[in-house]
Amino acid sequence: MLDLATPTTAHIIERCEALFSDLHFEAQRAWKAAKPGRKVIGFLPYYAPRELVHAAGCLPIAILGGGDQLEVIHGDAYYQSYICRIPRSTIELGVSARLDFVDGMLFPSICDVIRNLSGMWKLMFPQTPARYLDLPQNFSPDIGVPFYAQELKELREFLEHIVGRPIADDDIRASIALFNENRRLVREVYQLRADMPWNLPASEVYLLMRAGLLLPVEEHNAMLVDYMRLARQSDRPMKDNSRIVLSGVFCEQPPLNLIKSIELAGCYIVDDDFLVVNRWEKSEVATQGDPLENLSRAYINDSKSIAPKYEPNVALKGKYLVDSVRENGAEGVIFAMPSFCDPALLDRPMLQAALKAANIPYIGFKYAENTGQMQPVREQAGTFADSIKLWSGQ
Amino acid sequence: MSTTIIRPNSAPAEIIRDASMSKQKDMLARHYDRLSDAPQSGEKVCATFVPGNLNELIMCFDMVNNLPEVNAIQSGLRKQSGPYVLESEKIGHSEDVCTYVKSDIGMMAKGNIGPNGRRMPDPDVLLLSYTGCFTFMKWFELLREQYKCETVMLHTPYLGDGKITPEMIQYMVKQLKQDVIPTLERVSGVKFDIDRLRENLRRSAKAEDDHLWVLQSAKNKPSPIDAYFGGIYYVGPIFGAFRGTDDAIEYYKFLREEVEERIRLGKGPVTPDGDMPREKYRLVVEGPPNYTHFRQFWKMFYDEGAVVVASSYTKVGGTYDYGFRHDADNPLESLAEYCLNVYTNRNLPMRVDMLANYINEYEADGLLINSIKSCNSFSAGQLLMMREVEKRTGKPAAFIETDLVDPRYFSAANVKNRLESYFQMIEQKRSSSAAA
Ligand code: SF4
Ligand code: SF4
Repeated sequence: MLDLATPTTAHIIERCEALFSDLHFEAQRAWKAAKPGRKVIGFLPYYAPRELVHAAGCLPIAILGGGDQLEVIHGDAYYQSYICRIPRSTIELGVSARLDFVDGMLFPSICDVIRNLSGMWKLMFPQTPARYLDLPQNFSPDIGVPFYAQELKELREFLEHIVGRPIADDDIRASIALFNENRRLVREVYQLRADMPWNLPASEVYLLMRAGLLLPVEEHNAMLVDYMRLARQSDRPMKDNSRIVLSGVFCEQPPLNLIKSIELAGCYIVDDDFLVVNRWEKSEVATQGDPLENLSRAYINDSKSIAPKYEPNVALKGKYLVDSVRENGAEGVIFAMPSFCDPALLDRPMLQAALKAANIPYIGFKYAENTGQMQPVREQAGTFADSIKLWSGQ
Repeated sequence: MSTTIIRPNSAPAEIIRDASMSKQKDMLARHYDRLSDAPQSGEKVCATFVPGNLNELIMCFDMVNNLPEVNAIQSGLRKQSGPYVLESEKIGHSEDVCTYVKSDIGMMAKGNIGPNGRRMPDPDVLLLSYTGCFTFMKWFELLREQYKCETVMLHTPYLGDGKITPEMIQYMVKQLKQDVIPTLERVSGVKFDIDRLRENLRRSAKAEDDHLWVLQSAKNKPSPIDAYFGGIYYVGPIFGAFRGTDDAIEYYKFLREEVEERIRLGKGPVTPDGDMPREKYRLVVEGPPNYTHFRQFWKMFYDEGAVVVASSYTKVGGTYDYGFRHDADNPLESLAEYCLNVYTNRNLPMRVDMLANYINEYEADGLLINSIKSCNSFSAGQLLMMREVEKRTGKPAAFIETDLVDPRYFSAANVKNRLESYFQMIEQKRSSSAAA
C-alpha cells in the first residue's frame, strides 16, 4: 500500500518510471542484498514461468534490452547491422557488468536470435548459468503437455541447483496462486483502460506493467490495486481520440516516447501485446494437483495467441486480434514492429489478412528500441486516427 | 572417372562438371518432372523443409517431396529469385525477412513455374518439420493460407544444453506416431508399413557412409573436393528427395569412386573452369553461400587457390561426422535423432566446437564466415563464433556478408576485397609462424 498522505496515480507512475529508467538495477540489487542467500533470475522476452522462480525464493526480473538511454558500445561488435537491437543491448548490459548481480538467465524460445543469444551467454558469461527454455510448438495436449512439463522439471532442477535446495510442490502451488492474482489484476487494469482510456494513458499502464517485471509479485499486486483505485477516481479530460489496438511490441520494446507519441497523435491504445508474460495464461492456472503439469496444461490450452507461437488451426489465425478489436471497442490496429524482427514481420501479412476480412483498418511501421525521431510516428498515427474517424462517419 | 563438358541454359560460358554432377542433374530433372506430373499421375505431394526432412517416411506413403528451399536455390541459381523477392515485397512482405520465403512466395505469385519450366504442383500436405529455424513455422503458416491444405507440425526440440535427451526423442516419436503418420496416411490413402520404413532407412545409412567418406576426403592434401561450393552438390541427393532410395546409394558410390580417383591422381577439386591447379589455402566456411552469383563467388576462391575443406552448411540437412546414421532397428527414434542433429539445431557452443575441430582435423588455414542477411538462424551470433574459433585455434578468421537469393545484397567488389585481405592475412600468419 502507498504510504503517502494523498497518493495519486502520478506518485505510483513516478516510482515505476524510476524502476524503468534504472539500467543499473539498483532496486533489484537492494532486494537481493536485503537478505543473505537471495537470488535474482533474469529472463528475456516474452515469457517465463515466473511461478517456478518465485517458488525457489528468487526474484524473476525481465531483461528487456537497453531502451533509448543505453549507449551500446560493445554490443554492436557482436551483431551485424541486419539483426534487431535487443540482443546487442542485452550483451551490452552483460559486458558492462550491469547484470553482474543476476544469478541465472532464462532464454525462452521466441526466435532464432534469442535462441542463439542463449548460447552466446553461455560462452561469454559462464559464471552466470543460462538456460534455454524450449517452449512446445505442438499444441496437441497429450503431446505438448508432457513435453513442457518435462521442460519445467528441468528448469526446476536448474533453479534448485542455483539456490542449493529443493523446491517443494506446495511452494509452487502458492506461487501459482500469487501469479494468478497478478494476472487477474493485470487483466482488470487492461479492462479498466479499455473502459476509460483517458484515465489510464497507455504510457502509464506500460510503466505500471514494466514495474511488475522488476518487483516482487506481492508488491506489484498491491501496486495494481492502488493504481486502479486511484485511476477510477481520477477525472482526466476525455478526448475525441480514436481507439486502437497496438500489435507487434512483444519483444524488443519501443521507446516510451513512441507510446506517448501514438497517444499524442490522437489514439487511445485500448489493447496491446506489450510484456505478455504478465497475462500469458488467459484464466486461472489450477492450484490443485501436480503444479508443473498445471502450468504446462495452461500453456498448451489457455495461453495467449501471439506471433512466435504456431497456430495449428488455420481458421483461427489472426482471430485473437480481430477479437481484441471487437471486445475492446477498437476502431483499428497499429502494427509497430521492431526492424528485422522475423516473428512479428513474417506474421504481419497473415494478421493483416484477418483484419481485412473483418473490415478493420490498420497501419504499420517499424521501430528500434533506440529510435529517436518521433515525428514520422506522430504523423502516421495522427493520419490514421483522423482517417478512422472519417471511415466511421464521425 | 570421366569429366564432361555441358552447356546449361542459364550459364553464360561452358562449365565443367564431374560425371557425378551430371548424374545428379539427371536425378534432379527426373524429380522435378515427377513433381510437375503429379496432378496427372495422381501422386500426392508433401512439402517439407531440408533440415529435418523425413524423406524415408514420406516415401512410405508413395508421396513425392517438394522442398521449398531447394526451389528457392534453383531460382537463385537461375537469377529468377530477385524478381520473386521483389514481387513478395510488393504484396506486403517486409524487406527485413528471410529471402527464401520471399522467393518462394514470389514464385507462387508468378505462376509457380519450377526450374524445369513447368508448373509446380500444389502440395497435398505441408509437413512442418520445425527444425533449427524459426522462419519455417511462419513460412508454412503463410503457404497454408494459399494452398488450404492440411498442415502437420513436427516440433524438434533445440539442443540448448548441448545434448539429446530420451525425453526429446520420446516427444518426437509421439508426434510421429500420433500426428505425422496418421496425417500422412489420411492424405495419401496409404497405410503405414514400418518394414518399408526400415528398408528405406537401411538404404539411407548406406548412402550416408559414402557421403561422409566424400566429405572427409577433404582431409587429404590436396583436397580432392571443395566442401562448400562443391559440397553443395554433394549434399543435394542426401538432403533432398533421394535419401532412402537406390538412386542415392548409387550416386554416392559413384561419387566416392570419382573422388578416390582424384586422390589417386593427386588432383584438387573440380571447378566450373576445370581442375583447380594448386591448393594454396585451406578454409573452413561457416554459413550458407550466395546463390545469385554462385559461380562468380566460387571463382573468387579457386582463382586464388583457396579450397574449402569443411563447412557447416553441408551439415544443415544432417550431421554425420559424429557417428549418426539412420537406424533400421530403431526407425522412429532414428528419424527423431536425425532431426535433432542438424547443424542449426545445435547450440552455439556446439557450433563453435564443431568449427574449431574442423580447423584442426582438416588442417585448415582459418575460418571464413559468410554471413547471410536473411538468416537469423545462422547469422545471429556469428561474430562471437568467429572470435571464439580464432581464440581456440590461433588461426585467422574473416567475415563477409551476402544473401542467399537476394541479388541486392551481393557486392562482388566488397567480397573480393575482403577475401584478398584475408588471404594476405593467412600469408602473414604463415610467414610469422615460419619465422618463429
Ligand atoms: S525483436 Fe524479434 S527478432 Fe529480435 S529478438 Fe525479439 S523476437 Fe527475436
Ligand atoms: S532463416 Fe535461414 S534457415 Fe531459416 S529458412 Fe531462412 S535461410 Fe533457411
